[in-house]
Amino acid sequence: MAAPSPPHHPVLKPVVTVLFAGMLGASWWLDRHPFGTQVADEATHAEALERFGFALREVSAARGIAFTHHAPRLDPLIRNVEPHVAGMGAAISVADADGDGRPDLYATNSDFDRPNALFVQQPDGSFRDLAAQAGVADLNRRGEGVSMGSIWADIDNDGDEDLFVHKWGYAQLLRNERVPTGELRFTDVTAGAGLRRWMNSNGASWIDYDRDGLVDLYVAGYFPERFDLWDLRGETRIMHDSFEFATNGGHNVLWRNLGPGPDGQPRFEDVTARTHCDSTRWTLAVAAADFDGDGWLDLYLANDYGPEEFFRNVEGQRFELASVGLSEDSKSGMSVALGDTRNAGAVDVYVTNISKALYLFQGNNLRVNRLAERAGFENVAREGVIADCGWAWGSQFGDLNNDGWQDLAVVNGFISADREADYWYDMSLIGGAAGDLFEDTRNWADIGDKSLSGYERSRILLSQQGRRFVDVAGAVGCDDVYDGRSVALADLRGRGALDLVIANQKGPLLVYENDVDPGRDWVSFALTGTASNRSALGASVTLEWTAADAAGGAPAARVQTRVVDGGSGFCSQNERALHFGLGHGASVQRAVVRWPSGHAQVLQAPAVRTRHAVTEDAP
Amino acid sequence: MNGPTSASPAAVAASVPRRRFSLPALPAKYYSVTLITLILVVGQWQGGIVGGWEILATCLGLSLGLELLLGRLLRGAWPSLLSAYISGNSVAILTKPSGEMLWPYAAGALISIASKYVLTYRGRHLWNPTNLSFSVLLLLAPNTMSLLSHQWGNGVATWAVLGVGCLVVWRAKVLPITLAYVVAFALLSWPRSLLTGRDWLTEVAPLTGPMYMLLIFFMLTDPRTVVRSTRGKVLTVVLIALLEALIRLLPQTGLRVLDPLLAAPPIFALFAIGPVAMWLDLRRQAREQAAAPRA
Repeated sequence: MAAPSPPHHPVLKPVVTVLFAGMLGASWWLDRHPFGTQVADEATHAEALERFGFALREVSAARGIAFTHHAPRLDPLIRNVEPHVAGMGAAISVADADGDGRPDLYATNSDFDRPNALFVQQPDGSFRDLAAQAGVADLNRRGEGVSMGSIWADIDNDGDEDLFVHKWGYAQLLRNERVPTGELRFTDVTAGAGLRRWMNSNGASWIDYDRDGLVDLYVAGYFPERFDLWDLRGETRIMHDSFEFATNGGHNVLWRNLGPGPDGQPRFEDVTARTHCDSTRWTLAVAAADFDGDGWLDLYLANDYGPEEFFRNVEGQRFELASVGLSEDSKSGMSVALGDTRNAGAVDVYVTNISKALYLFQGNNLRVNRLAERAGFENVAREGVIADCGWAWGSQFGDLNNDGWQDLAVVNGFISADREADYWYDMSLIGGAAGDLFEDTRNWADIGDKSLSGYERSRILLSQQGRRFVDVAGAVGCDDVYDGRSVALADLRGRGALDLVIANQKGPLLVYENDVDPGRDWVSFALTGTASNRSALGASVTLEWTAADAAGGAPAARVQTRVVDGGSGFCSQNERALHFGLGHGASVQRAVVRWPSGHAQVLQAPAVRTRHAVTEDAP
Repeated sequence: MNGPTSASPAAVAASVPRRRFSLPALPAKYYSVTLITLILVVGQWQGGIVGGWEILATCLGLSLGLELLLGRLLRGAWPSLLSAYISGNSVAILTKPSGEMLWPYAAGALISIASKYVLTYRGRHLWNPTNLSFSVLLLLAPNTMSLLSHQWGNGVATWAVLGVGCLVVWRAKVLPITLAYVVAFALLSWPRSLLTGRDWLTEVAPLTGPMYMLLIFFMLTDPRTVVRSTRGKVLTVVLIALLEALIRLLPQTGLRVLDPLLAAPPIFALFAIGPVAMWLDLRRQAREQAAAPRA
């Protein structure tokens, strides 16, 4: 240190003091005027339609849907953390169960003797719960476990959609029987298919990883499979061994579909070890797509208390855990949504996480796919509403206002109980503690009737031409504060508009019908595989079109890719048909379908405002 | 947090009696620098604790730059940068803002360093610089600011940091402060456990997290912001632990207006007690100095 020089000029310290105060003031101001966080003002339905090009209306009661989810009641040994542990299970999937061309809805329940619901859409747009008569209601039985989510696929390529329900307990595969009378009927083929295995699963996806035309099944384990959460036999060390890099979760399993056996029953074999795609990182969400464009479907996992994982498919022989910029970014991944956010023809990923003012800002991840540039996935959700959606769960991409850009629906909120009692402080006691303490539920404070990030409003994030997002949920009419878990998108009534279906934990199933500016064009594609699996799960459509730009200028060329998901978001599955909003005055040049078989099919100038039924033309 | 900078390196080295086991005869402040660097490296390696290199560059660049600027302008000398290095690293490690915004890191670094030149009494700063910046940012920017809540798991590296940390505070002759705080926290967890109905292990669990490592090895023991006597130091950290215990009991009182304090009880307890202790000590020191010529 140099020797001190004479005292400084007397004005310097007051100047520095003022600057110091200015820094404090600037921090206060920036906190209240954050960059990128834009929330639209409240608006009427008509105003929202005018300002944003769409508006939502909750219509579940009007459409005949009355369903409330019930959470599991677990071993009294973990009663102190039961609301936390049992905070999942409300799930929704969309499929045309009865083959009438209209999307139907399957909602799960999670307490014993509480039925799941299969809402089958009627010609007038109303729904009837036919789960009981179809044999898919009574799945939550003591000793068998309870439902956590469901995914649909035509597992035997016989022309109808079969149902897989993953559970805390024994998962169930329910084959859709084609009854000549048209009656819906499902048969439990789990045991014969070789799938009867106790797992505590909160995620699953279909993936034809070996391109043999039969959908294979990837099921993610959450709690280790050795635990029966209703009978823990004195074991309380059931939680994660680290808040950041937990690896003591349940095993993930890949089952290969072998096709029907001699008795006509579906058969699956466990190929996890052979294909190297296991993980014990407490996977909560999984989605399959050809992320790297090599023609083989890859797996993307969102893991709770750990980093996301990308399993690259190596020509259908095995998977390799690829180093694509995910391994050091450890959060609490709860959802994997797939969308082409930049209209770049690539499949980007959105993973939800936890944010709570003062306590924890994990931030959601919007992973832009730069695999083609050998640059991995780049998280661009650096600030604003895209990064902070509270305690976020399910999410899905879809063009909600048909402007040609993918918007995002995010549901959130964990435990809504006593509004005056908050568990976050209690959580903070154990949240940063050593793993040995964290793992044991006895060290967790009693939640009782406290809330934990409760009463959070869902987010509807409207894309501003792929550059940023604005939360318009309140303005467009999505204003409930239930504990949202799972969201699926579907054009329920074939109007060229994506509706939202939201499953809420210990809450009602909600249907938000979407009214879209009728001046905006759209097109959709319902795919049927031939060489590929008949459900076309994993297929993608890349659309090239021109439309007037937002300012009404000369038509601009655009491109966008969408994927038929075999399960995505959190415990959800969207409608099969791929919906593209196009904007005003659109003209489609061509659509390129890339089938899971590896075959590419080009459709020239498909008409707008039309749902195109496309059958794979592979030899 | 600030590194040990008050004790003369030679005096510190000379004051350490010969033992069967001894560390290399380096000034204590270099051990602190080594420790914060070790925490940074291990934390980044084990858990990506910093996040990105741009964060570290922002914190270190602004801390070091402002220290140089203000030291030269206000004190007429080029200052030692060890303290600013520790502050910059501490801000980088402990700040966990919403999204990946850089401004809270920048604000934390600037407020930390500037506070040393602005909030002074008899030429000494009263608050531990990073403790002050964390406290005011948590209160002024609650929608943006949070502190480290990472957990380092049960790995060997975590225990290595703990071991090295103990060695460093022992070498810097501030181990009694660290131990006094840990013991006080653990003991006070017992009445808290009785009053809240939570297990003692639950109440004591935060001590095992990385935030507390930074607290007990740096913030509480910062020689520029602790009182002179060992007894005074111990009393101060016991009072900090006591106030922290009271903050942790706020939910039992229903005083929701004070809920923000629950986000970082030890930070706010140090923020309140530390400068009062320093002020009293400096005033007493001044009186002693004033009385000395008359004696």
